[in-house]
Amino acid sequence: MIRRLLSFLYKNEVSAYLIQLLTFGAIAYVFYQAIDNLIINIENRGIRTGFDFLSLESGFDIAEYLIDYSSSSSNLRVFYVGLLNTILVSFVGIAFASLIGLMVGIARLSNNWLIAKLAGGYIELFRNIPILLQILFWYNLALTSFPHPKRSFELFDSIFINLRGIYLPKPIAAEGFIWVLGALVVGVVLRILVKRHFNKRHDETGVETSTFVYSFLLLIGLPVAVYFMLGAPLHLDYPALKGFNFKGGISLSPEFLSLILALSIYTATYIAEAIRSGIESVSQGQKEAALAMGLTQKQSLKLVLLPQALRVSIPPIINQYLNLAKNSSLATAIGYPELTSVFTGTVLNQVGQALEIVFMTMMVYLTISLGISLILNIVNRRMRIKGQ
Amino acid sequence: MATFEQQTAKKAPNSEIGFAHWLRKNLFSNVTNSVLTVFALYVLYLIVPAIANWMLFDATFAPVNNEQCGREGACWRYIIEKLDLFIYGFYPAEGYWRVQWVLILALVFVWIAKRLKQHQYKLKIIAGLIIIYPIVAFFLLYGGLSLEVVETHQWGGLMLTVIVATVGIVASFPIGVLLALGRQSKMPVIRLLSVIYIEFIRGVPLITILFMASVILPLFFHEGMNMDKLLRALIGITMFQSAYIAEVIRGGLQAVPRGQYEAADAMGLSFLQKTTLIILPQALKISIPNIVGSFIALFKDTTLLLIIGLLDVLSMVHLSTSDENWLGRSTEGFVFVMLVMWIILYSMSRYSKALELKYSTEHKN
Repeated sequence: MIRRLLSFLYKNEVSAYLIQLLTFGAIAYVFYQAIDNLIINIENRGIRTGFDFLSLESGFDIAEYLIDYSSSSSNLRVFYVGLLNTILVSFVGIAFASLIGLMVGIARLSNNWLIAKLAGGYIELFRNIPILLQILFWYNLALTSFPHPKRSFELFDSIFINLRGIYLPKPIAAEGFIWVLGALVVGVVLRILVKRHFNKRHDETGVETSTFVYSFLLLIGLPVAVYFMLGAPLHLDYPALKGFNFKGGISLSPEFLSLILALSIYTATYIAEAIRSGIESVSQGQKEAALAMGLTQKQSLKLVLLPQALRVSIPPIINQYLNLAKNSSLATAIGYPELTSVFTGTVLNQVGQALEIVFMTMMVYLTISLGISLILNIVNRRMRIKGQ
Repeated sequence: MATFEQQTAKKAPNSEIGFAHWLRKNLFSNVTNSVLTVFALYVLYLIVPAIANWMLFDATFAPVNNEQCGREGACWRYIIEKLDLFIYGFYPAEGYWRVQWVLILALVFVWIAKRLKQHQYKLKIIAGLIIIYPIVAFFLLYGGLSLEVVETHQWGGLMLTVIVATVGIVASFPIGVLLALGRQSKMPVIRLLSVIYIEFIRGVPLITILFMASVILPLFFHEGMNMDKLLRALIGITMFQSAYIAEVIRGGLQAVPRGQYEAADAMGLSFLQKTTLIILPQALKISIPNIVGSFIALFKDTTLLLIIGLLDVLSMVHLSTSDENWLGRSTEGFVFVMLVMWIILYSMSRYSKALELKYSTEHKN
């Protein structure tokens, strides 16, 4: 009897069900206990629950915001301000990291010994220093070495650098500037049509036409012409010293600058490595074969080498973009008002509803992560070698 | 009849040998390269002397106070004065020998493990050491019995950084292995749970997990349980790290050739035997370089302890910048931690590269 029961239990399907049931049961029990404790703790400590706190007045000021904000705005508004700042930092950081990473990655493979060694040194130096340390270091450097507003560094009488940050002239669109943007859109559309036309001709007849002149005229010439025809409808608002500080123009705070600097320098080392390994993964034979087929240097690069290199490089680069977005949460250490700092930090301290606030923050980052993974999957599918 | 005499080989032309040739080939091969070289040299000329002057030639090492230290160069005296603080945090000075013994014991145990090689009881001895060491180390650090108790809030500095990183990697390893096996499992419930856990943790920044561990976690436990701040951080770090270790080991599991699984099945091994005797040993061996890589990442991440108020080496420097006797020396502090961190992380990354070379000879099909 017992024997039969045991042999029944040892059957693969049966034991699989049992194990899953047990695991699920154990986890459900742990969750049940945890939530039971949670309810008791919340009652005992008199912690408020629910999302009502979002509509309460925040009562504190935020130094940098992209949408209207004052201390009488709601906590939900704080959430939006933080979220937008996170997105801003991520996008600017990604742009600079890509630029630096691309340059360093190519420089790493340069046949100029000095340049290659410098690029290698850059990578080894900055990828082995924790990112938080770099953020704090640049911030500290800005605070200790930049001058007082009265003695700002000046560039061309329009850019000022001091303790409070960097001040740039701000372009202000006057009436009619919308037409310039319209011209740009028209230019882009026309350029796509022209490109398609010549591509079609190339497919049919094999005649290759350079579209450089058309592109230049449509993308740059047209908007510039419209701009001057309308009498240059764009003014610059220059920053000026008023009292103790600069007013007007665009101001970039030291927090923002050090965060962007650290994030892009650090992430660029990984992007550079990804680009290098992509280029190195294309075998020498591919290049030789392309040249033997009679392609020019430029064609072989564009049609044969780059597509293969990018297939290797792009997935890790997109992963690094994700890391950069996640690392932007470290801004909380220097007080740049992005999501983690201003919502999970300040709002949490004021209302004390940790559960709801940390949950909301995590959901935001999860959404960003899932979004980026989705892009990565699409890219991977499009770049997969056809027929394999 | 003409006779041919052997000619002595001509020397290579001067343009093809020596330093001048190396310069021309590597630095001035064409106009663009020459411009780049000159530009790079100019940038180096701007940066290197300035940094060297600040760090070495204008720097002060002599025992002086803050005012006597020059403002042109670094004041390394500050670092020397605070060195104990940076290494041990607020650990009482009488107890430094305890920390040193923990380190010495670790080195001795590693040495023993390496000496064993093919000893009969090798695995058993190593397993014994792995179990005994944390107990001894905790006893030495925390105290108890006749040793004076040092509360964890006094632990700090580089010591805390190393402790957190080590505990994090050791504790997350078994969980990571289970999660990786779970993700590869054919049982849908287990696979789903593993996937949700791994992807959730990997999708959020460490800082939010640390916030969760330090603020929310206590709410889930019985009121009477007063959880130590360090313990909470360790739980957060372990939760975080195990998801990453799981992905590393999953890579190893996938790299084990299909035939190994089938052969184990054909031998009639049970799932447990197949996994522990055939699959895991191979998978772990393949994953070793990436596990080291993941340890490097964890070591970098320990700096985040600063944000939840634990006193790792970075926090100690951050704190000491507000010391009235040494105002305005924060740059020296940051440069010092950067140097220490860089040396540790760079040597680990070299080690991981060496391991990669060592283990890359097999399974190349």
